[in-house]
Amino acid sequence: MDAGLFAQFVMNGLMLGMMYALVAVGFTLFFGVLDVIQFSHGDVLTVGAFSALATYVGLNALGLASPWLDLVIILVLAMAAMALLGMLIARYLVMPLRSAPPLNTLLITLMLGTVLRESVRLFYPQGANPKPFPALLPRGAVALGDFNLRFDNVLMLAAGVLVIVGLQFLLNRTKLGLAIRAVAQDEETARTMGINFTAIVLITFAIGSGLAAFAGVMNGLYYNEINFGLGLYLGVIGFAAAIIGGLGSIYGAILGGFLFAGLQTIGTVMLPFASAYKDVFAFAVVIAIIAWRPTGLIREKISERV
Amino acid sequence: MIRIGRTVTIGLVTAMLAAVATSANAKDAVKVGFIGPLTGGVSVNGLGGRNSADLAVRLRNADPKAKYHYELTVLDDECKPNVAVQVATKMAADKEIIAAATHYCSAAAIAAVDVYHKFGFPVIVWGAVLPDITYRHKYPEVHRVNGTMINQNDTNAALISQLGFKTVAVIHDTTDYGKGHNKYFSEALAKIGKAKIVATFGVTADQQDFTAELTKIKALNPDVIYFGGLTPIGVRIRSQMDKLGIKAVFDGTSGIVSDAYIQGLGPLAEGTLAFREGAPTAKLPGGKFFMEKYNAQKYDNPPEAYGAFAYAAMNLILDTIEKVGPDRKKVVAALGNVRDRDSIVGKISFDDHGQNTVAVITKYVVQDGKFVEWDDSEYASGKRKLPGQK
Repeated sequence: MDAGLFAQFVMNGLMLGMMYALVAVGFTLFFGVLDVIQFSHGDVLTVGAFSALATYVGLNALGLASPWLDLVIILVLAMAAMALLGMLIARYLVMPLRSAPPLNTLLITLMLGTVLRESVRLFYPQGANPKPFPALLPRGAVALGDFNLRFDNVLMLAAGVLVIVGLQFLLNRTKLGLAIRAVAQDEETARTMGINFTAIVLITFAIGSGLAAFAGVMNGLYYNEINFGLGLYLGVIGFAAAIIGGLGSIYGAILGGFLFAGLQTIGTVMLPFASAYKDVFAFAVVIAIIAWRPTGLIREKISERV
Repeated sequence: MIRIGRTVTIGLVTAMLAAVATSANAKDAVKVGFIGPLTGGVSVNGLGGRNSADLAVRLRNADPKAKYHYELTVLDDECKPNVAVQVATKMAADKEIIAAATHYCSAAAIAAVDVYHKFGFPVIVWGAVLPDITYRHKYPEVHRVNGTMINQNDTNAALISQLGFKTVAVIHDTTDYGKGHNKYFSEALAKIGKAKIVATFGVTADQQDFTAELTKIKALNPDVIYFGGLTPIGVRIRSQMDKLGIKAVFDGTSGIVSDAYIQGLGPLAEGTLAFREGAPTAKLPGGKFFMEKYNAQKYDNPPEAYGAFAYAAMNLILDTIEKVGPDRKKVVAALGNVRDRDSIVGKISFDDHGQNTVAVITKYVVQDGKFVEWDDSEYASGKRKLPGQK
C-alpha cells in the first residue's frame, strides 16, 4: 500500500480512536468509583454536542464571530453543563439505587439515555434532522501524496492527548486523584480515612460527563454534522472499548478505544466483503477478546470477579 | 308478543337508519389515510407530502359537488420498516378508512405492502421508488403514481457516460432503497459500456464515519462517486470527501434532492448531481395550480420533491371514491382500470402491477445553493465545469 494512503488510514483511525477512548474513559471512571455501568453516557455526549451547537447559535445571534473565542466558550459551557448533568445523574439516579440490585441501575440509566435522546429530537428546533456543526478550527490542509493532512485533525488529536494526559495527572498526582483512587479501591476504608465519599463520586461523574461533552464537540468539529442518534452508537462502542480494555482501568479504556477504531478500519480496508460488515467484524473480535480475557486486556490491580 | 316485539324493533331500526340517512344528507363523512416519514432524517419530505395530501382533501371538501366529506388520518412510518408495518396494520385494520396515500421511503413501503394485501386495503404509493414495491408481487391493492429507480438510473448512467466520465466508485446504503439503486445503476452503466465501476461499498444507513471507505476510494481515483441513499448520510459522505481532498463528482439519486441536503452542506453542495422521477413541481402540467393552492394554505413546510405526487395520489383516491363509493373492494377494482388519467403530475396509467408507466425523469445539478434542472444550468451550457469534466 502507498505510504500516503497508509498515513491517511492511520490518521482516520486515530481520530476515531480518540473519540472512542474519551467515551470509554467515562465508563471506566464511573465503574471504578461506584461499580456501576452508566448506560446513558453516550446520550450525555449527544446533549453535550447539541448544547455546544445551541451556544454557538446564541453567540452568533449576539454578534460574536471570533472562531477561537466561540470555540472556547462553547467548549467550556458544554463541558460545564454536562458535568452538572453527570452530577445530577449520580446524585439522584445512581446513588439512591446503591443498595438495589445492579440490574436496576443499568435499566434506569438505559431509560434515561432514551429520555435524553428523544428530548433532543423533540425539543431542539428540527432536532430530527442532521444539523450542520460550525467548522471553528483552521480549515487548511497539506496534501502529502494521497495523505490529506488537515490542521484541524492535528489540533483535535493534540487536544485529546492533552485531556487524557491531564486526566492522568489529576488521578495520579493530586490529592483529589488519590481520593478517587482510594474510593475506587475500597469504599469502606476510604470513608474511615476521612474521604467524603459522596463528594468524590459526584466529582468523578462530573469529570466523566465533561469528557463526554468534549468528545461530543470534537465529533461535531470533525464531521461538521451532528444528529440526535450519534451518542447511542458511540455509547455502545465506548462501553465495548472500556470492557475490552478492562473496566476500571484508564489505560485499558484508551487502549480499547484505539483498538476498536483500528479494527473498524481494518474491517473496511483489508476484508474482501462489503464494508457494511465492518462493525460485525469489529464486535466479533471484541467478543473473542472478552472470551479470551474476561477481565479485559489490562486487569485492575485488585480484580473483583463478577 | 315476541313477534310484535321483533316487528317493533325492526321498525325502530328502519326509522333510525332513515334518520341517519337524512341527517347525513348534508354529506357522509369518509376517512382516507396518509402515511409518510413525519420525524427522522427525511421528515421534511414526509411533512411536505402530508401537507400536499391534506391540500387535496381540503380542496375536495370545499367543492360543493363532492358527494362526501373527507377526513384525513395521518400516521408516521419514521422511514423504518418495523414502524411502517405497525402503522400500516393500524390503518388497514380500521375499516372506516377506505384508502390511503402511503410511504416516501422504499424500505418502509416494501415492508408494508403485504399488510395492505392481507387487509384488502387500497393504497397509492406517493414517493418510494424501489421497483419491487409494485413488481415483486402482483397485489391488486398496491399502486404507485411516481416512477421507479430503474428509469432514474438509466438516465443517470446515460448522463455520466455522455459527459465523458470513465470511472465510478459506488457507495450505497444496505437498505432495499440503496441496494436497488446500486443494482439498477450498475446494470444501466454496463449496458451503455462507456464507463466502468471500480469499487462498490455497502454502508449502514446510520453510519457516521466514512473516512475508511473514502480513503480506499481515493486510492482508486475515480471520476465520479455515485451515492445510492438518503440525505443524512449523503451530507456526511460529501463533507468527508472534502476533508480527505477527494475531487470526484458527487452523483446522487432522488434520495438527496431536498433542501436539507443543501442546508447541511452549504457551498460544498455545489456541483452535486441528482435525478428524480417526474419533473420539478413548477414544470409539471398542474404545477402552477398546485403551488398556488399550496401557498394559499400557509403550511409550515414547503411541499418538497414529492409533494405534488402525494397530492396526485390523494386526488386519485378521492376521484375513485366519488365514482364508486366508499367501499374498499370497489376502489381496488376501479384503481385497476386507471388509464391515461390526467393529473397534476401528468398522465397516470397503471399497468397490471399498479405501476404508473409514464416515467418522466429530471436531471439536477446543485448550482449556487439550489437544485437546478441540468438542461437549464451553467454546467450544461459549458459556462461552469464539473470536477474533471472535459
